[in-house]
Parts: sequence; structure tokens; C-alpha cells
Amino acid sequence: MVQFLPGLARLARRGMAGWAILVGGVIVVALAIMTLAAPWISPYSPIAINAGPLLSPPTSGYPLGTNHLGQDMLSRVYAGGAIMFQVAILSVIVCLAIGVPIGLIASYTGGYADKLASLVMDSIYAFPGLVLAIAIAATLGPGVVNMALSIAVVYIPSYFRIIRSQVLTIKELPYVEAARTIGATGRATLFSYILPNVIPSIVAIATINFADAILTAAGLTFVGLGLPVSTPDWGWDLTYGRRLLTSGAWWVIAFPGLMVVLLALGFTLMGEGLSELYNPRLQK
Amino acid sequence: MSLRSYVITRILLTIPMIMLLLTFVFLLVRVLPGDPAMLHFEKQVDPRVLLEFKQKLGLDKPIEIQYFEYLAGLLRGDFGKSMQDFSPVSQQIFSAFPATLELAIWAAMIMVLVGVVLGVQASRSYDSLSDHSIRVFGTVSYAIPVFFLGEVMIMIFAIYLHLLPAGDRIYAGMTPLGLTIGDLHLRTGLFVLDSILEGNWTKLVMSLRYLLLPSLTLGTALCGIFVRLTRGNMMETLQLDFVTAARARGIKERTVVYGYALRNAFLPILTMMGLQFAALLAGAVLTETTFSWPGLGRYLVDRITFRDYTAIQGVVVFFGLVVAMVSLAVDVIYAYLDPRIRF
Repeated sequence: MVQFLPGLARLARRGMAGWAILVGGVIVVALAIMTLAAPWISPYSPIAINAGPLLSPPTSGYPLGTNHLGQDMLSRVYAGGAIMFQVAILSVIVCLAIGVPIGLIASYTGGYADKLASLVMDSIYAFPGLVLAIAIAATLGPGVVNMALSIAVVYIPSYFRIIRSQVLTIKELPYVEAARTIGATGRATLFSYILPNVIPSIVAIATINFADAILTAAGLTFVGLGLPVSTPDWGWDLTYGRRLLTSGAWWVIAFPGLMVVLLALGFTLMGEGLSELYNPRLQK
Repeated sequence: MSLRSYVITRILLTIPMIMLLLTFVFLLVRVLPGDPAMLHFEKQVDPRVLLEFKQKLGLDKPIEIQYFEYLAGLLRGDFGKSMQDFSPVSQQIFSAFPATLELAIWAAMIMVLVGVVLGVQASRSYDSLSDHSIRVFGTVSYAIPVFFLGEVMIMIFAIYLHLLPAGDRIYAGMTPLGLTIGDLHLRTGLFVLDSILEGNWTKLVMSLRYLLLPSLTLGTALCGIFVRLTRGNMMETLQLDFVTAARARGIKERTVVYGYALRNAFLPILTMMGLQFAALLAGAVLTETTFSWPGLGRYLVDRITFRDYTAIQGVVVFFGLVVAMVSLAVDVIYAYLDPRIRF
């Protein structure tokens, strides 16, 4: 921790990008802690029906009000991020596990492998992501893993494209040529010499991908492909809140909605800051 | 490369992309675990009923035959039959598409207008308070789920202020008729255009009132990237000699910025519009659901509730074809405007 703090101070001195990473990181960590601590800090069970009166506006007993089932919104806000984190983390892992190796190998080998991979990836990339995710999630059925998989398919091409553009430049650099001259195998060149230089871009894209995954997961829930009612979920609150708008119950959507925005914003800030630091050209 | 050979190459490149997409969606509905026909009945169905059901949809045939029938159907504009009532999906798609198109057009105008104006403003006041607030706005607009923004808009403008309708497209019976000359009827399905063609101002105002909230929501949610793009481009351009020269000649600052410098940012903005079209359609799915806007997106969401996999496949394929056509068109326009791209 003691060694960690000067690092943070150094980050803040890197200007706007450093601040963006710092502020984004604080938001994400705070929300993660809140989600993990939910069982201990929640006044009620987030899924207990009739924990309070139906559709009560914020009061001292229910600081964020209650929904149409009498569930306490504060407890739901505390617990509702767990699904978002799970889906986002899982989908980023799948993207890394598939997108990174394909991107590295295809662009390093070049030729037909590269052409074919690019064609497939560009076709997915050009397609409206959410529509594709909807189609996949509808076929796979509900569940955290299925949601994560359908989101991953949509975002793998982003990893591929970034990695490919980097590898194409890096593999022509003199140090890579030097490595090959001293007898490094193709595999060693790719993984020990090229990959380390691509990692910063991978980190940046993965962070932005977290934000996208969260927004897409919320979108999937909104069109009815989310998890069963028994799971507290910000996305579910936003979905049902739409039907309660006419009754003027703003608190049912406002707080879960702000949490989604905050979480996505935290990751976006971090991602933008990271890509500005590591890869200024990406900003254009 | 001449413009013509560029266009031909570009069209030839679109074909494998479309084929890949068609094949992927085809396999998605047939090969993935969990037979969609079984899923449609939530796995509780008499095998004889299931077989009859599959026969009606052509899902009982060998997969390669199904594949060729599917492709041949698409060439005729046939997007398959609904699992719900075996009616052709294309009919529903074609009747819902104008609503989505109209929403997308207006949202795109708002997206570009807001993005470009804010971007220019930010670049002119670099590192000032307004520059920072515009950048924060750009980032926040990216992080807001479009349906949450829509719900907030409904809450403020429809429920509290009673200024605008909360959803739907227009009262039943008020649908604009379009242009009628003798026996000739010209109707686009785009209500604003149809109202003007009909010459009915009441319907025009009403169509615009229903359009305003959904298109404002979708446009605002997507404008962030244009803010950043315009800001970056303008900051570079405003440093160039020709801008200084224009200022030195005493040309009004407004003209220098919007008439001279902004022209340089036009091509990147056009490219981005092409790229954002897919995001626009994806956003439209959620916006339509929020505002009960009777377009393709709402039809898609509606089909999900009925576990109507063949209809879902049809809509997804249609979306894919539209996006491929638009990106082709943007690339061709781009090549026409900027000869450098062809070499």
C-alpha cells in the first residue's frame, strides 16, 4: 500500500489522462466494494416482496423508496451490480481468450489466414452489436454465462482489429528482425517479443470493453433476455420501471439507472485515460 | 484505380461479408444446442405436433436443402415464416421498417448536429471550462444506457411538463396519406414526409411532436463520438496557415470557423456517420422499446417474447443487409468526394 500511493500521485501528474484513470478507478472500486458488501449493509433482502409499502417515494425508512412489489430500492441498488460485474468480467475473459490469440497469430502469419480472419471479424464488427447479441442470447436462453458469451461474440472483433494494427507495425521493427536473426522461433518472436508491446493496447481496449459489456448486458435485460426475477439486477429495475413511469415513480428507475451510468462511466474514463497514455493515435 | 473499378471491387467485397452473416444467422437458429422448435414450445410438446410444426416451417428438411431454400427465399425478398402464425415475416418487416428509418434519420441529424456544434465550441475554447464540460458531456453520454435516457426524457417532458407524448407514433386514423394525384398514390411511410406531401400541417406538427423525444434520446446518446472527432479535427485545422490567412484578411470568425475550417472535418465526419449507422440501428431497438415506437426494433423485441425464432432470424438478416448497403453507399460517396481513397 505504501508503495502504491506514490504510484497514484505519479498518475495524477500525467495530466487529464491520469486523472481520468484515477477517477474512473475510484468509481469502479467503490462500486465493487458496495456490491461485495451488499449482504451486510442492506437493510432488507433485495428480493423480499412487501419489505415496505408498495411504490413508496423515498422516506426515512426507505431512503430510495420502494417498487411496485414493495421491495426496498436501497437494498436492490446495493445488490443489483453483482450481475453486471459477473457478466462483464466473464465476457472480457472470453474476448481475451479468443480475440487476442486470433489477432496475434493471424496478423503475424499474414497471407490467407490473416485475410480470412479479417473478413470474419470485419463482418461481425460491421453488424449492429446489440442486434447480434440479442439473436445469440435469444437462442442460448437466459443465464449469466449465455449473456456473457453473446456479448463476447460482438466485441471480439474490436480486440482483433486493435491487435492486428499493432502487430502489423511492430513486426517490421528492427528489434523483431534482430530477434529472428539470432534464431528466435516464430512462436518465441510473437509471444516474447511482440506481445509485451501489444499488452498496453489490450488493457485499454479491455477496459472500454467492460463499459460496453455493462451497457449491452443492461440492454439485453431491457429487451427481456435477462435473468429471472429472483435475481436483483439494475437492468431489471430499469425494465420494469418503464411501466411505472406514468404513476410518477421516478425513484424506481432513477437510482438503478444512475448506478449503471456510474459503473459504465468509471470504466469508460479508465479506458479513455489508458488509451490516451499508451496509444495517443487511438484518440483520433 | 478508376472510380468505377473501385466501386466494383467494393461491391465484390461486400458479397462474402453478407454470405458470412447469412450463414452465421442460419446456423445460429438451427445448430446451436436446444432445438429452436422445441424451445418455442418450452420443451413440452407432443412429438407429432412438433413434427407437423417443423413441416409447416420447412425445418424438417435436410440442413443443406434448408440452406438453399433460405438463400433462394432471400433473393425473392422472402425472410421466412413466423413460428407464431406461419405468416411471412417479410410483410411485417417491410411495414415496420419505415418507422425505424424515420427515427434513424432524425436521430442521425440530431447526433451529427449536436456533436459537431459542441465539438467546434470545445475546440475554440481549448482547455477552458466550456471545453471541459463539453468533454465530460461527451463521455457521460457514452455511458448512459439509451433506454434510461429515454425514461428520464419521458419522465420530464411527458409526465411532469405534459409537453410531448410519452410514446407511440401518431393517433390511429391520423396516419398521413402522402401524395395523391388522381389514382396515383405516393406514400413513403415516413410520416413527416408524407404529411408534407399530403399538405396537412396538423399531421406534420403531430408527427414531429411524436418524433421529437425518441430521436432526441437516440441522437444525444450517440453524439459523444462526434464531439470528440470534431474537436480533435478542428483543433488541428484551426492551427493551419490557411485559417490564419483567412483571419488576417479580416473574414468574420464565424465564417472562418464554420465556412473554412469545418469543411476540412467533413470527410472524417461522413466516414464516422457510416460507421455509426450500425450503432444507430442497435440503439433504435432499445429506443423503440422505450417509446413504444412501432418499428422493426419493437417487432424484434416482441418476437423474443413469443420465442419466435424464425422471425428473429428474419429481422436480424434484414438489419444486416441494410447495414451492408449503407456502408457500401458511404464508401462509394467517400471515394467520389475524395479521389485519394481510390489509389
